[in-house]
Amino acid sequence: MDWTLFFVITTFALYIGIAIWARAGSTDDFYVAGHDVHPTVNGMATAADWMSAASFLSMAGLIAFLGYGGSVYLMGWTGGYVLLAVLLAPFLREFGKFTVPDFVGDRYYSDVARIIAVICALFVSFTYIAGQMKGVGVAFSGFLGVDFNVGIGIGMVIVFFYAVLGGMKGVTYTQVAQYCVLIFAYTVPAIFMSIIITGNPVPQLGFISNAAGEDISMLSKLNGVVTDLGFQEYTQTNKSMFDVFAITGALMFGTAGLPHVIIRFFTVPSAKAARYSAGWALIFIAALYTTAPAVGAFARINFIDTVNEATYIQDGEDYEARAAEIEAAGGKPVPTWYKTWEKTGLLEYEDKNGDGVMQYRGPNAPDGVENEVNPNRDIFVLANPQIAQLPAWVIGLVVAGGLAAALSTAAGLLMVISSAVSHDICRRTLFKDMDDKTELRVARGAAAGAVVAAGLLGIFSAQLGFVAQVVAFAFGLASASLFPVIFLGIFWKRMNKEGAIVAMVFGLISTFAYIVYFKFGGGTPDQYLFGVSPEGIGFVFMWVSGGLGIATALATSAPPQDIQDLVEDIRVPGTRQPHGVADEGMAPSPAVPAE
Amino acid sequence: MSKNNHIDAKGYWAATIRLTLSLLAIWFVVSYGAGILFRDFLDQFAIGGAPLGFWFAQQGSIYVFVGLIFYYCWAMARLERKFGVEG
Repeated sequence: MDWTLFFVITTFALYIGIAIWARAGSTDDFYVAGHDVHPTVNGMATAADWMSAASFLSMAGLIAFLGYGGSVYLMGWTGGYVLLAVLLAPFLREFGKFTVPDFVGDRYYSDVARIIAVICALFVSFTYIAGQMKGVGVAFSGFLGVDFNVGIGIGMVIVFFYAVLGGMKGVTYTQVAQYCVLIFAYTVPAIFMSIIITGNPVPQLGFISNAAGEDISMLSKLNGVVTDLGFQEYTQTNKSMFDVFAITGALMFGTAGLPHVIIRFFTVPSAKAARYSAGWALIFIAALYTTAPAVGAFARINFIDTVNEATYIQDGEDYEARAAEIEAAGGKPVPTWYKTWEKTGLLEYEDKNGDGVMQYRGPNAPDGVENEVNPNRDIFVLANPQIAQLPAWVIGLVVAGGLAAALSTAAGLLMVISSAVSHDICRRTLFKDMDDKTELRVARGAAAGAVVAAGLLGIFSAQLGFVAQVVAFAFGLASASLFPVIFLGIFWKRMNKEGAIVAMVFGLISTFAYIVYFKFGGGTPDQYLFGVSPEGIGFVFMWVSGGLGIATALATSAPPQDIQDLVEDIRVPGTRQPHGVADEGMAPSPAVPAE
Repeated sequence: MSKNNHIDAKGYWAATIRLTLSLLAIWFVVSYGAGILFRDFLDQFAIGGAPLGFWFAQQGSIYVFVGLIFYYCWAMARLERKFGVEG
C-alpha cells in the first residue's frame, strides 16, 4: 500500500513536471509537436501510445486462458507496424498535414469525405478511450482504496494537465516517461517468475526452456497439466483456421488504420524519420509483446499449482491457524493472495460438491469433476507479483505501470478527438478563415471537453460493463473503413472522391451492423459469415470495401490533375509541392532534412 | 513532382514497390504462414521446448517483423542514394 502510493505519486509528479516544461506555443506544436520529434523518441512515445490498459493488464491473462488462441493478439498487434512502416507512415508524413481526416479530405478533395473520416476517427477513439478511463478507475479503487469514480477523476486531472497545456508536444514527452515506467513494471515480475519456474532469467528464453529441475519442457508440462484437468491443450485452439486468420488480419490492418497511432508519425521531421520511427516503435512494443506469452504460460502454471485442490478457508476463520491445521493434515491451504483478490470479485469459488476443496477443471475433465473456480483474466498480471511471492515494492510498481499504460493511451486518443473537433470540423470545414491563435484556443477547449467526455464515458461504461465487447469495433472499423481509403489514396492515383466515400461508408455500416448484430442483437455463431467471428469481420469487409471503392472510382471520372501530381509527390521524399485544390485550404509543412 | 525533372521518379517508385512486395511476402509467410496455415506441419519440429509453429505465432513472427522494418529503412536509404532522392 505504501509502496503503491509512493510509485503513483512519484510518477504523477513526473508527468506534471513534463507537462509544464513542454507547453505548446502554436497549432504546429499542439497537433504535431512541431514536426521535430527524434525518430527514437517518437518510437518510444508510439509504443506507450499504443500499449493500453488492455495490453498491460489483460493480454497476458488472455493468452494464459486461450493458449495458442491468444496468438492472434500477439501477431495482430505487432504485424500492423510492418504495414504502417511500408504502406502508410512515410507517405503520410510526406503529405505534411496534421490529422487523418486532413489526408482523406484533401487527397479526395471533398469535405464530405473529410467528415466521414472524422466520424470514423471519433467513433474508434471514443470506444477505445472508455476502456482506458475504466482501467484507471479499477487501478485506483483496487489498490489505493479510492472510490472508482474519484479514481477516474484523478486520472482526468492528470491527463488534463499535459494534453490541454502541452498538446501533442506535452503528450509526446509524457508518453516517453510512461513507456519507461510501464516496461520496467512489466518485465521485473516476469524475470522473477521466469527464474522461479524455469531457472532462466530471460522470460523469452524461459518460455522455450525446461521446467526448473525437471526433464520436461515448460510448455509440455503445461500441456500435460491442463489436459489432465480437462482443458484444451495449451498449444492448440478450438477456433477455425480461417477465423484465426481473419481475426489476425483485422487486428493488423486495424492497427495500421488507427488514427491515434497514425498521427504519431506526423510528429517526426521526414519520411525517412517516419520509417525508422516505426521500427523503433515495434522494438519497444516487442519488449512487452514477446514477454507477455511467457508471463501467460507461467501464470497458468502458478495458478493451477497454488489453487487447484487447495482447501478453502472461510472469511470468518483465523487464516493462520486454519492454514497450519490443513498443512499438518497433509493438505494445501488456499493461498493468501487468493483471499486478498477474492474481495475484488475477480475470483469466484463455489463449493459445488461440498468437500471444502477447490477443484479447478476444464469442460472435459477426465475425472468428471465439475469446475468450482472462476478467475477473471485480468487477475494474472495484477496478482502475479503476489502469486510468485515477490516483494511489496514490485506490486506498487505494477500499479504505476498499469496507470502509465492507461493514461498514455488515453492522451493519444484525446489528441485525435480534440483535433477532429478544432481542426477538422472547425478550422477545415466550418470556419475556413480561422487564424492560428483562435484555432489553438479552440484546440485547448476541445481537449478539455474531450477529457471530461472521456471520464464520463469511463464512469458510464463501467456501469454498463460492455467495454470489452466494443473494442472489436475500433479495430474492425479502422481496418474496414480507414485503411483501404488511405492505402488506395497513396498507391492508386486513379482513386477518386466517389470511390473513397463509397468505401468508407460501406466499411463503416457493414462492420458496425455485423458487430452489433452478433454482440447485442442475439446473433448466434452458426450464422457467422464464412464462420468469421465479429472480431475478425473487419478483415473480410476491408477487401469488400476496397473492391467497391475501386469499382466506383473506375465508373466515375478520374481525380483532378492536381491530385494526381500530389500523389506522385508524396511517393518521392523531398519533392512535395503545394497543389491547387488539395492544398488551398492548408499549406503542407515541408520535410526537415534530418542530417 | 512532374516538375522535378532530374529525378527518375518512375524508376524510384518501381523499385520501392518491388521492395515493398518482397517484404510483405516475408511478413505474410512468418505470421499467416508459419503461425497459422502451416502451423500443424511446423509443430513437428521444436525450438528449445516449444513446437515451432506455436513459437512462430507467439514469438518468432514478432522478431522477424522488427527485422523487416529496419531492413526496409536501410534498403530505402540505399534506393534514395541511388536515385538521388533526398529522404
